[in-house]
Amino acid sequence: MTAIERYAAPQSLDEALGILQQGEVTILAGGTDLMPQTKAGRIAFKPTLLNIGRVAGLKGVSLDGAYLRIGALTTISELLRDPLVVQHAPVLAEACDQFASDQIRNAGTLGGNINNASPAGDTLVPLIVLDAEVELASKPNGSVTTRRLPLAEFFTGPGRTKRAANELLTAVRIPLPRPGHVARFYKFGTRPALDISTISIGIAGIKRDGALTDIRVAFGAVAPTPVRAPRTEAALEGRPLDAEAIEAAADAARDEVNPIDDVRASAWYRKELIHNMTRRMLDHVAHA
Amino acid sequence: MLLTHDIEFTLNGVKKRLTIDVTMNALDLLRDVVGLTGTKYGCGEGECGACTIRVDGETRNSCLMFAVDFDGRDIVTIEGLAADPKADALRESFVEHGAVQCGFCTPGMVMQASHILETHPDADAETIKRGLEGNLCRCTGYKKIVDAVESACCGAK
Ligand SMILES: Cc1cc2nc3c(=O)[nH]c(=O)nc-3n(C[C@H](O)[C@H](O)[C@H](O)COP(=O)(O)OP(=O)(O)OC[C@H]3O[C@@H](n4cnc5c(N)ncnc54)[C@H](O)[C@@H]3O)c2cc1C
Ligand code: FES
Ligand code: FES
Repeated sequence: MTAIERYAAPQSLDEALGILQQGEVTILAGGTDLMPQTKAGRIAFKPTLLNIGRVAGLKGVSLDGAYLRIGALTTISELLRDPLVVQHAPVLAEACDQFASDQIRNAGTLGGNINNASPAGDTLVPLIVLDAEVELASKPNGSVTTRRLPLAEFFTGPGRTKRAANELLTAVRIPLPRPGHVARFYKFGTRPALDISTISIGIAGIKRDGALTDIRVAFGAVAPTPVRAPRTEAALEGRPLDAEAIEAAADAARDEVNPIDDVRASAWYRKELIHNMTRRMLDHVAHA
Repeated sequence: MLLTHDIEFTLNGVKKRLTIDVTMNALDLLRDVVGLTGTKYGCGEGECGACTIRVDGETRNSCLMFAVDFDGRDIVTIEGLAADPKADALRESFVEHGAVQCGFCTPGMVMQASHILETHPDADAETIKRGLEGNLCRCTGYKKIVDAVESACCGAK
């Protein structure tokens, strides 16, 4: 039985943050994670259910100086067809294209995907290699304050993040890509969509004269959180992207991930997938 | 103690006012409270699409939605498509192509297919397949369903 004592669906951020500040709140966005999790009893409702779906200004994509700013309530469907996302962060749109089904993409939000903090969340890996940061707002003493955190540092475990209980994730910011920027995303599941990733890989960097610099490599579903892969990055940084460098990077990738065995795949299989798919993606980047 | 909340929404073109439990799901509201049983309960987990409805013009799984979120929105169910001539053509096409067997998945399929046809009026088989990815059928093997949607799409041109 539920312990909900209050339901609120405010229209302003100020009001929403005021409710959060009073503590013991369950935040509801699209509900595609929350509904099954609460129904199965995996998550218990807090006394206040706060539906943020009507808060103005949390939706949509815009340019903000040198950043692409994506509101937390922007749905996966909206990301998929947003011209600014397609232009400046196509790798994110690519990941959204492999995300669940049309019905779920229409409901699921970017903020929900991030805060659900699943190691297999499909927007997380591309956002990490794009150097995205999250914007967190709160109202600790009557006025709204905001802080920013690199997404790569946001996750602390499955379902756990550095978001404080009185904070709302309001947006994600992605630095606009520099000349030569390349990025790729790959997701492996038994069906193309509607399947939790067995593994996912994101690679980004600046490509110039056949070599990659400023490399970001991240993996999903191989650890309790999505992870950066520093040794794989180091194996590639600044080297000509030839067969030797690609093989060294793929080996480094296999050695540095430490996945688990579960119903979707064995640890051995995941490591082999990481190796082979990292190689294949780098081949594509080299020949693009 | 259950907490209730008043909601007001449009259901198939008609204004509704209800007082509901805040943790109720939208599918239960449709089937058990309002008595519209065209929307089916399949998996209850977002996997099968049998519960597909339209919310403010976009298809959603009603089993994954909190009923309180209906508040202020425009909801269309399979019953609401009855008056739509385009959906009529689609239904006929389903019958002609043998895309209906037990019929359990059909309301969800028709809801999603009509959405595909509206958003991609000249959808090819691949677009239709991708659009129906969230709808499972245990009987037809999908070929007949895709054929039915494709022919309704070309027929509409
Ligand atoms: C059948 C099925 C298939 C799926 N397939 C995929 C898939 O392919 N890839 C994938 O990545 N995910 C998948 N998901 C998971 C889910 O759809 C996504 O994680 C979605 O983006 C969640 O967004 P939401 O708005 O529905 O979140 P909600 O369920 O509303 O919220 C999720 C969590 O985030 C919190 N939250 C939401 N918004 C905020 C905010 N702004 N600030 C702070 N906290 C917040 C909520 O309190 C809750 O804990 C699938 C789910 C289902 C049921
Ligand atoms: S009953 Fe909702 S998707 Fe299966
Ligand atoms: S016709 Fe039986 S489930 Fe599709």
